[in-house]
Amino acid sequence: MSQAEPEISQDAQRVITYAEAGVEALQEEMRRDPSIFYIGQGIGPRGGNFQQSRGLWAEFGGDRVRDTPIAERAQAGLGVGAALAGSHPVVDIVFLDFVLEAICEIIQQASTIHYISDGKFKVPLVIRAAGGGVRSTGPHHSHTFYSFFMHIPGLKVALPSTPYDVKGLMKTALRDQNPVVFIDHKGLYGVKGPVPKEEYLIPFGKAAIKRTGEHVTIVALSQMVHRALQAATLLEKQGISAEVIDPRTLAPFDSETILTSVAKTGRLVIVDEAYAACGVSAEIAAIVATQALYDLDSPIHRICALPAPHAFSPSLDNYLIPSVDRIVSEVARVAKDRS
Amino acid sequence: MVKPSKELVLSLYRGMVEIREFEMKAREIFRSGKMPGFIHVYIGEEAIATGICAQLRKDDYVASTHRGHGHAIAKGISARSSMAELMGAIDGCSGGRGGTMHLYEPEVGFLGSNGVVPPGILIATGAALSAKVRKSDQVAVAFFGDGAVNNGAFHEGLNFAATWNLPVIYVCENNLYATEMPFEQATKNTDVASRAAAYKIPGYQVDGNNVLEVYERAGEAVARARRGEGPTLLECRTYRWFGHHEGDAGTSYRAKEEIAKWRELDPVRRLRDKALADSLVTAEEFAQVDRDVEKVINDAAEYALKSPQPDVSTALDHVFSN
Ligand SMILES: Cc1ncc(C[n+]2csc(CCOP(=O)(O)OP(=O)(O)O)c2C)c(N)n1
Ligand SMILES: [Mg+2]
Repeated sequence: MSQAEPEISQDAQRVITYAEAGVEALQEEMRRDPSIFYIGQGIGPRGGNFQQSRGLWAEFGGDRVRDTPIAERAQAGLGVGAALAGSHPVVDIVFLDFVLEAICEIIQQASTIHYISDGKFKVPLVIRAAGGGVRSTGPHHSHTFYSFFMHIPGLKVALPSTPYDVKGLMKTALRDQNPVVFIDHKGLYGVKGPVPKEEYLIPFGKAAIKRTGEHVTIVALSQMVHRALQAATLLEKQGISAEVIDPRTLAPFDSETILTSVAKTGRLVIVDEAYAACGVSAEIAAIVATQALYDLDSPIHRICALPAPHAFSPSLDNYLIPSVDRIVSEVARVAKDRS
Repeated sequence: MVKPSKELVLSLYRGMVEIREFEMKAREIFRSGKMPGFIHVYIGEEAIATGICAQLRKDDYVASTHRGHGHAIAKGISARSSMAELMGAIDGCSGGRGGTMHLYEPEVGFLGSNGVVPPGILIATGAALSAKVRKSDQVAVAFFGDGAVNNGAFHEGLNFAATWNLPVIYVCENNLYATEMPFEQATKNTDVASRAAAYKIPGYQVDGNNVLEVYERAGEAVARARRGEGPTLLECRTYRWFGHHEGDAGTSYRAKEEIAKWRELDPVRRLRDKALADSLVTAEEFAQVDRDVEKVINDAAEYALKSPQPDVSTALDHVFSN
């Protein structure tokens, strides 16, 4: 079942950025658990390309917060070995694109060892990286690779869209005894939101209903949650009430919240910054089509990145990635479909 | 080289014979058609795993390869649970879920053999990093073949360990071939030990068929790692007597004379002959070890052949841990 958003009274709540929320989670957990250490490129004194580790090096020192050479495969492989030896490493790959350099260690080693060792070894390892594009990061720094992690048994995948979610999910990741691929969004690090001072954790496998609605269910991922919410506000003016769901984790995946919503609205649109083919959007469509086809009043619709490499030019880049306008017009079409 | 004690000679001898007899038995069972999968045996190379692991503590780590039965046994996984694993049976060290290339045992720090050529290098390096961060004096050993040293993971791993002074011993088992590919066709610089210079760490070429030499070099490397002085690369020159895996005769790409020459360098016989010539150990004492090991291996085979296959109701167990 979905987890309701916390009651947020703006003045009682602290507002911090997505990057700061991630840092807070790491600080709290690293203070609590000495087995956690953090490695990656530029994550030490510099605090990370996106300030995603700011302050950790100063507090925990170079033993537990280590800048690495440019060797993603070894970063991930060392993470696996350290996890087997009793540590709980966080390996920050920084740009999700470069997870490709490390993918064999994550998929062939990290995800399999608990199973093939008959449960004898655990691999408590967080692979952290930031996906998506921001300000023309171009074809090699803008990818949205998560579908293939969702594909793999033995991996958990977290995909936070708000500061509140980053903090709660990161804390959970750092207490999980499995490999967790934790995917931030580059475009969200500066986004602010309420984050309580009191400790909280967000369990994996609980979607968040970010907005309730009656006519159409929009399942949106990562940064697209924000665009879907903006679209929903505009759609309201057209008399269309959209429910916006953020799965928050891809594995485990909360199908129930989506199925319950679709049973109510009868319509499903999925918004994903990744490509459509074999993507998470395809999986969500398959879940609903196989389990709730007769709840649907119109065909499932997907709004995804258009199938081309990420262009540098802002005009092309903005065209390729789902925009608020595109979401508004395509959701309106689905909502009005009486076929 | 310092003169070895009788106890040491007998224990290294026993270690090598146990691996050899284990592998001979595994081949026999494989040929009978009862063993699933395909196995890569370690016969001819026993001195390396034996000499290195004899210098390790139980809580030190080993990461291994596709040719990993010898490493597993030398690090302390029993012949019974190793053989049962080769059978895919529930009494195997990995409950039958891993098989020949995926033996695991946390009790003895065995971080797995591996179906992929180079990741053991990284896993051992990571275990060493963990030991360092935890301020423990454990060390880690990565065993890998000549085939791994031309892969990027070798460079990434050694560079990391050198830069961070990690307690790892990199043991390259250079048996001159990676499947049918001769090492000199895979690289210009066939002197693996010399590659250590690229990372400013010590590198030594060792006669991998001389268990006492391996043992001595390993002792230095392990002590150095334990003192916090960083990694060492040991290139152990050796040879596999048989094909790459059972089913490959290993004769289409290797000359008969070459195979014969290396068989003459049998590490088991060399140790035995030397100790007999030095009157350190008697023939009867060696024969007693042979008889003991034969019992252990026959018992392991019987045990493994009787052990049931995992029940399908467990097929989805252990995908995630709690
Ligand atoms: C990354 C990767 N590529 C290819 C293979 C297939 N393969 C298995 S063993 C092997 C040869 C390895 O040779 P070497 O490292 O010298 O070890 P040896 O078999 O000689 O002991 C190959 C190519 C593999 N397991 N992993
Ligand atoms: Mg080889």
